[in-house]
Amino acid sequence: MAIPRFWREIRQRYKGIGVECKNCGEIFFPPRDICPECRRESYQKMEEYELKGTGEVVTYTKVYEPHPEFKDLSPYVMAIIEMDEGVRVTGHLVDIDYEQVERGMKVEASMRKLGQDSPEGLIYYGYKFWPLDNNE
Amino acid sequence: MRDVVIIGIGETEFGELWDKSLREIGIEAGLKALQDGGVRGEEVDRMYIGNMSAGKLIDQEHVAPLIADYAGLSHIPSTRVESGGASGGMALSEAYKTVASGMDDIVVVGGAEKMTDVGEEEAKKILSSTADQEWEIVFGATFDSLYAMMARYHMDEYGTTREQLAEVAVKNHSNASKNPMAQFPRETNKDFVMGAPMVSEPLGMFDCAPLSDGGAALVLCPAERADEFEGQPVEIVSMGEGGDTIAVHEREDIGTLKATKRAAKKAYERADITAEDIDFAEVHDNFTITEIMAIEDLGFFDKGEGGPATEEGRTRLNSEISINTSGGLKAKGRPVGAVGISQAVEAVEQLREDAGDRQVEDPEYGLTHNMGGTGASAVVHIFRRWS
Repeated sequence: MAIPRFWREIRQRYKGIGVECKNCGEIFFPPRDICPECRRESYQKMEEYELKGTGEVVTYTKVYEPHPEFKDLSPYVMAIIEMDEGVRVTGHLVDIDYEQVERGMKVEASMRKLGQDSPEGLIYYGYKFWPLDNNE
Repeated sequence: MRDVVIIGIGETEFGELWDKSLREIGIEAGLKALQDGGVRGEEVDRMYIGNMSAGKLIDQEHVAPLIADYAGLSHIPSTRVESGGASGGMALSEAYKTVASGMDDIVVVGGAEKMTDVGEEEAKKILSSTADQEWEIVFGATFDSLYAMMARYHMDEYGTTREQLAEVAVKNHSNASKNPMAQFPRETNKDFVMGAPMVSEPLGMFDCAPLSDGGAALVLCPAERADEFEGQPVEIVSMGEGGDTIAVHEREDIGTLKATKRAAKKAYERADITAEDIDFAEVHDNFTITEIMAIEDLGFFDKGEGGPATEEGRTRLNSEISINTSGGLKAKGRPVGAVGISQAVEAVEQLREDAGDRQVEDPEYGLTHNMGGTGASAVVHIFRRWS
């Protein structure tokens, strides 16, 4: 991905910053300029909201044929996580075997390296998830 | 709005067509369609081409005028329509609207994709660009894995099994074995499908449609002019389109294809019929799970019944409803931009009772369902036998 395209969203990716619609109170991540429900009523009323970082597994898979930049990690577990605020995201689920993953499992987000353009190239960071219980 | 018929159909073989370029594929399909319809090039008013990603796959944008030019029709307006995997179906929608509105009379609509000039890894990466690059793919998701997560959700929610997914592949390969244009015209069996290497749990290699080259084309005209041409007409009764979120994770119910439901609802309403009136359907089986979700969301079976219905053989050729008689994307092949048009070609062959060994008995209504990305766009067409 082109550097500016990644850079534009660094804060959201690194810190899990979404937005709250001050018209209806709904939280969104990634950030949206207008609330899809309130539309024009929400314009310029979307304020930053930092996600707490905890959530649960909605669905998951184990990827055996990744894109080239993720080959070193293959096979790995991907999941859709519902954050406690109700928003959903897609990310790696680490430190757990696929066979042990199940819907509803509590997880926590952490910033990790996602990839690198080349050995000396730009490193991409972003959130990954790991089971909450294992970390206590 | 005028009634619209298809008077000509044409398609290339689907597969790894090393010796054919995109323009050759497009022209072959288009010329066959004009020939079938008995339409001369100078009668054509306009052309649409469904194509997903010629820019990335063969470094060529602006492919509609390119194909028109090499077909000897450089003077007509031609436009490419892109909607991911639904590019072909959406191109047909544009053509249908153009003729129905009275804007133009004779419209050629084609679909073509050349996927094997790049390597498999590259082609799969390009396919994944129809999902959300910035919030799905950059985090490690692949196109396959997004469908795999829909499959897992559907399994958890409704008890759908891997065996039931495998039956989709077995059925579609069986249908393709009766289709001379198919990429994989041979039977397979459940053990073989389930024993194939995993791509993304729970989907194995045989749960996924292949990468293909190929093209298909149709000639449309107003029903009132159908008699002027040689081709046996088939009526396009209605069309419906629908949308959904670009990212799978944004969907409240990950086991439902909402764009498909929305498109189907409109198409049924406009045709003034219900799902029960449909005799056969070509549905977007880019993965086995997609066919199971599609036959539910198109209203052929209740939610959660898609898997059991498939396993019980209720979607086989000349059973309760014949699904993917062509072999579908799974076994006929998946030249992405051509899919929606190729589905319509099958519908016309069936309604002309011209489908040979895979003929549905005495069909009146056929439906095609074409989907883009992980389901963010969908388009449904309903066809009727001409009388």
